[in-house]
Amino acid sequence: MNNIIIVILGMAAVTYGPRLLPFLCLTNRQIPKRVDAFLQCIPVAAIGALIIPGVFNAVPDKPVAVLSGMAFTLIFGLWRGGIIIPVLGSVAVTYFVLFFTV
Amino acid sequence: MPYLILRIMKTMTGEIKDAVKAGIPIFIGYVPAAIAFGILSKNCGITLIECFLFSSAVFAGASQFIALNLLSIGMSPGGIILTTLLVNFRHFLMSACLSTRTGKIAKRYLFLIAFGVTDEVFSVLSFKTGRLSKTFIFILQISAYSAWVGGTMAGYILGGFLPEILGKSMGVALYALLLAILIPEIKTSIKALVLTIASGLLNVFLIKLDILPNGWSIIVCIFIIALAGSFFITTKVQEEVYE
Repeated sequence: MNNIIIVILGMAAVTYGPRLLPFLCLTNRQIPKRVDAFLQCIPVAAIGALIIPGVFNAVPDKPVAVLSGMAFTLIFGLWRGGIIIPVLGSVAVTYFVLFFTV
Repeated sequence: MPYLILRIMKTMTGEIKDAVKAGIPIFIGYVPAAIAFGILSKNCGITLIECFLFSSAVFAGASQFIALNLLSIGMSPGGIILTTLLVNFRHFLMSACLSTRTGKIAKRYLFLIAFGVTDEVFSVLSFKTGRLSKTFIFILQISAYSAWVGGTMAGYILGGFLPEILGKSMGVALYALLLAILIPEIKTSIKALVLTIASGLLNVFLIKLDILPNGWSIIVCIFIIALAGSFFITTKVQEEVYE
């Protein structure tokens, strides 16, 4: 078995394990209110840390392009909402900025 | 009886419609990111089958990019797997959050649902109000999975035909997707806005501090910020219980 297959199988296992465990242990259990409040705060906390600062390296060496794309997502998202246009628009804006600055 | 069936069908289609409505944006957001992954893995010298296995067996956006990076600098399989464990351990917290929100779902389905808990699927599910049914979750996850695996293949096979900077700019798609999912939330809740920004700033600080292994800073951020948030939220939670 070559190295890459080992990497893939190992990665699959260590990704699936943490995703599965809570479902087996917590589903249909009574959760204390304090713990539940903690769990309900996880989404926004997660998204904040997932975006910042990772986004600055999304296109190596060109943070300006990425930030323009994200600015479009933010402005359009706040103005009209939705997901499809903000996402495809961000790729388009990033592309144009890259195109004209390279 | 026919009336009952009709009513069930009506609620079912409503639910399926909702799920498809939520699934299409995820699909469209995943495709460019997956294409970027396909292109990158081809550039790293990975075979088509390996690339397919990567996306179909691991199904974890960011950590697949990290793994490619580590492969290309020659890290050992053990090191890459350990890094992946650390990076993806955040899904433990996400699954914990979701597990309290699902209705009665048979255990065998939970094994499948758990496989599809990606950052983006989780984000959409967690902002949906009310109980989460398995139909809704499955439709959302199937849209995400098909986009991820299909996009990866498309990127690998057709990536050579795309202009290089277009392939590069697709790297922004996953972040834009997360932001777009988040926006309705921060628009209606100052608390959500404050927690999001605080979490991002804390992450920047922790990474600059450089004392945690790769990937752990996100987990620490989620933990600390959600804990801080839970103190603000208490009153609201109790109100909801008394209503």
